Amino acid sequence: MITIIDYGAGNIGSVQRACAEVGVRTVVVDTPADIQKAERIIFPGVGAAPPAMDTLKQKGSGAALKQSFAAGVPILGICIGAQVILDSSEEGKTPCLGLIPGKTVRFKLQDKSLKIPHMGWNAVKTVQPHPLLEGVGKEDEFYFVHSYYPQPDNRGNIYAVTDYGGEFCSALGYKNLFAVQFHPEKSGRPGLQMLERFVKWDGRVPSNSTDNRSR
Amino acid sequence: MLSKRLIVCLDVRDGKLAKSIKFVDTKDIGDPVQKARQYYEDGADELVFYDITASQKNRDIILDFVRAVASQIFIPFSVGGGIRSVEDATKLRLAGADKVNINTAAVKRKELISEIAGAIGSQSTILSMDVKRAKKTGEIPSGYEIVINDGITPTGIDALQWAKLGEKLGAGELVVNSIDADGTKEGYELALTRMIANNAGIPVIASGGAGKPEHLYEAFSAGHADAALVASIVHYGNYTCRELKAYLQNRGIKVRNSF
Repeated sequence: MITIIDYGAGNIGSVQRACAEVGVRTVVVDTPADIQKAERIIFPGVGAAPPAMDTLKQKGSGAALKQSFAAGVPILGICIGAQVILDSSEEGKTPCLGLIPGKTVRFKLQDKSLKIPHMGWNAVKTVQPHPLLEGVGKEDEFYFVHSYYPQPDNRGNIYAVTDYGGEFCSALGYKNLFAVQFHPEKSGRPGLQMLERFVKWDGRVPSNSTDNRSR
Repeated sequence: MLSKRLIVCLDVRDGKLAKSIKFVDTKDIGDPVQKARQYYEDGADELVFYDITASQKNRDIILDFVRAVASQIFIPFSVGGGIRSVEDATKLRLAGADKVNINTAAVKRKELISEIAGAIGSQSTILSMDVKRAKKTGEIPSGYEIVINDGITPTGIDALQWAKLGEKLGAGELVVNSIDADGTKEGYELALTRMIANNAGIPVIASGGAGKPEHLYEAFSAGHADAALVASIVHYGNYTCRELKAYLQNRGIKVRNSF
């Protein structure tokens, strides 16, 4: 059973349907009490950081998510859910959850022929092994739609990068938290396979993975 | 590097495939959900469904259809046709459509673009433009005019100015559908596509005229398009999406080829 946190940030239905496709039951919750019961969490999102953070604060679900993280519950963040786990976002200068040090920044592209948002299919290059990236091939592409991206302070938190006028972080993680800027629920076979791996993940990362979180 | 997108377009009437599309495998006629699944598995990057349901009372059928499609395909898809209000757009979005295409209703009342973008986000708001060649005048400086009612009614709106305005009002993508090229199978209207693509800060989808794989190559190379819409070239069984993408890759166009 996967608990999907609803904080008014869109595409809950798409995530539910993709989970159903890989044979996993889901429950959508929005209260701290329900989040605390979760044994596995997807923290999805589409839209903007400021209203997402407002809702998380208002409902107390941000604090509940932090508790689940501390308790070792496997968590998968998607899109906005990969951005608000950092300390802050440039989007509306928003303070965020601070689960991983760093901030979410807007694309600053030198090549003026490249458009913002970065919208469409792009490859994801693993820079550090992670159970959720196992089997992602060089040719596999994922669906992106975003103008901002996560920028962790520590390289040890970056697991994959994607090239769009330069490389940006497209997958990040720390301990039992893993998050992706793309949408696995809309990325066909490679995306569904990532969800399947998440269902089996025990929340551990390989021991050679750098653990340089200071606090 | 971002891949160029191949978008398959299906016309749907009363929740069924429109009869104007004659598929080779006749068993599939009438089941657009199954057809959508087939294109998804064949490597289409995105799908668009144009709802050509004539009667207003049957409008809710499209919502059931969208729900059925959403549970079968795991790539983005959009829905167009008859969207006149924020409520129409929101209903489609909640039913599972990732994006909506607005066209005539936006021409009639441009504020609709910002209203819909405000409600469901720019990334989900596609402005679809039907464009026809016109004499260059002070009113139509680009020589391309926006038309409505299946290309019959000229509007006096310049296509390039409309594209720029649409972007400013919050559209997240532009479909540039050439009425002159549509149905000819002689290729996309490249000068038009390039003009809009070079002047837009948002992705541009070329539409109308694809008859051979080479036309797709042209849309991406000379036309500078971010995505190309195809219909009959795949519906009639002439080419599969897989074949079109293999062709494009051979010619140096970056496409998604692992699915």
